[in-house]
Amino acid sequence: MGSELKVPTMAALFAAGKQPEVLFWVGCAGSFDDRAKKITKAFVKILNKANVSFAVLGTEESCTGDPAKRAGNEFLFQMQAVTNIEVMNAYGITKVVTACPHCFNTLKNEYPGLGGNYEVVHHTEFLKKLLDDGRITLEGGTFKGKRITFHDPCYLGRANGVYEAPRDLIKKLDAELVEMKNCKSRGLCCGAGGAQMFKEPEKGDKDINIERTEQALDTQPEIIAAACPFCNTMMTDGVKNKEKENDIKVMDIAELIATAEDL
Amino acid sequence: MEYITNIAFALILLVGIVFFARNVKKLIRNIKLGKDVVVNDNKPQRWKNMFKIALGQTKMVVRPIPGILHILVYVGFIVINLEVLEIVLDGLLGTHRLFAGLGVFYNVLIASFEILAFLVIVAVIIFWIRRNIIRIKRFMSPEMKGWPKNDGNMILYIELVLMCLFLTMNASDFQLQQMGAAHYVQAGSFPISQFLIPLFDGMSAQTLIIIERSAWWLHIVGILFFLNYLYYSKHLHILLAFPNTYFGKIGPKGKFNNLDAVTQEVKLMMDPDADPYAAPAEDAGEPGKFGASDVTDLSRIQLLNAYTCTECGRCTSECPANLTGKKLSPRKIMMDTRDRLEEVGKNIDTNKGNFVDDGKQLLDDYITREELWACTSCNACTEACPVSIDPLSIIMDMRQYLVMEQSAAPSDLNNMMGNIENNGAPWPFNQMDRLNWKDEA
Repeated sequence: MGSELKVPTMAALFAAGKQPEVLFWVGCAGSFDDRAKKITKAFVKILNKANVSFAVLGTEESCTGDPAKRAGNEFLFQMQAVTNIEVMNAYGITKVVTACPHCFNTLKNEYPGLGGNYEVVHHTEFLKKLLDDGRITLEGGTFKGKRITFHDPCYLGRANGVYEAPRDLIKKLDAELVEMKNCKSRGLCCGAGGAQMFKEPEKGDKDINIERTEQALDTQPEIIAAACPFCNTMMTDGVKNKEKENDIKVMDIAELIATAEDL
Repeated sequence: MEYITNIAFALILLVGIVFFARNVKKLIRNIKLGKDVVVNDNKPQRWKNMFKIALGQTKMVVRPIPGILHILVYVGFIVINLEVLEIVLDGLLGTHRLFAGLGVFYNVLIASFEILAFLVIVAVIIFWIRRNIIRIKRFMSPEMKGWPKNDGNMILYIELVLMCLFLTMNASDFQLQQMGAAHYVQAGSFPISQFLIPLFDGMSAQTLIIIERSAWWLHIVGILFFLNYLYYSKHLHILLAFPNTYFGKIGPKGKFNNLDAVTQEVKLMMDPDADPYAAPAEDAGEPGKFGASDVTDLSRIQLLNAYTCTECGRCTSECPANLTGKKLSPRKIMMDTRDRLEEVGKNIDTNKGNFVDDGKQLLDDYITREELWACTSCNACTEACPVSIDPLSIIMDMRQYLVMEQSAAPSDLNNMMGNIENNGAPWPFNQMDRLNWKDEA
């Protein structure tokens, strides 16, 4: 299937004098991390199926600067931001979709002050819109009646108030959505935010992703749904730590939909 | 001689108010040690936040038990303060129950004060049990030892004593009214304190007057004492919650400020016409410091946050780092900020208005690097705070200082940042390979 993906680049469209409906901001994890690449592909499959006119920046994309900013390196963040904004503005981009809540937050909230004004949506919101507009249809078959718990990514939920789009999509799969002890605005972090993904945790009693995984396991799910590549990694590690990887899958919302649609 | 009590009262009132005003002045002076920030955006939203969050207590009831108990104490204190107005006027004018002429309305007022006073007593006792018998976890953290713990209990004791004095005053007054004692007009309705009357069985009018007067005086002196206790206590939140919710962050929680100083530098770097060897302009001041290592590097809002914090610990109890045993506690970040600010303020006081370097700072002497690096920036603390305090912004400002002024990031993070600088991703992958996923099976 992989080779059949249609992934136009902005450069190619621009050369052909075309402008896509939306820029798909893939992000570093989505581009390089083996697990996250699967999410990227699942999302692209849905975009292809729905005939969405989109493009990626490809080799012209660079880190948004989020981890640098959260680590305290404002200088590096702004260098990244200004460079990315130059590229995006040159292409006249107006709308951006991304599967990474960290990229989403940074592009949406921190780029405007530096000259980058775009309508930025998270892929769960985008998918919800496709569904509402009838551009994709969902049949519950594969996930009908399955217990799915949703882990709120901090930078999607608390940081930007997006709680319902991913939940609406899970419900559309006819799955049984079960909530964890901490959910929505009181969701517990997976432990990766604020540049923690790239360092060892400080000394403590346990790792944050283990705590969160325990909360997820308490709901006795068959699937833990995530909407962030970093949360996905942390929860996957947590499930492995509990030796439950054969029983419980950690899947992105885009993967759930792509699987349901047999893409 | 007949005016001696009026004069004594006026003097006590004056001393109480002057002393309080002095502390308020000091409080404002200390907050102004922070960086000036202009807040003139979204005024309607800010007023709305103040009404909803501070006045309306909307975030308190997220946890229903302490939330509702807190509302009882809060409403009790605000409403009973109407009675303080009468007490003050009585004290100054030498009258007794000046508002008694309001008739039925007065009875309703006094009755509701009494019921509220009783509810405050109930709430305060439950609060005390939660802190000292049940020992709820968030009150037992390491930062809550010593003064913070005693402060918490002290506030409860003062409130309890004040309410008991108020009811004793009313009960003895009621008894005197029934005895037809001179000066004690028939006024008020006493649904709670009537049950205290049996305590006064067989007492002479003389004794009752002594009890009534003592309770009256102790009550008002106690209130003035409490007013002046505020500055030294976490209890300042009863005043500062209002400005703090007004100045609280508006907009998405994930949006962090972009540093203007850095923007200028970056723009200069990106400008092909800029002369990299140009000498700085004559009037260019000292280059600013990036981030914060001491309280004077923080903004006035952050310092107001520190004074507003009432150490409830809801932030810490939701913090993923703290929950998993790391040293970071958002509440401690706020308490440390206030403690250091107080220290700087005292330094200025003893050195006649100038700060003399004491070789200390907020970083390391109060807040350790280990705490700062444990934060996941998840905003659980800011979401949990019932009065819009933002510990996360202080953590981020201090990280900026560590990274941009000291190059003191953990080595893993230095690797990550090196990768972003060199190849545009936090991992060592080539930017030219960014689209390879498209063709991988």
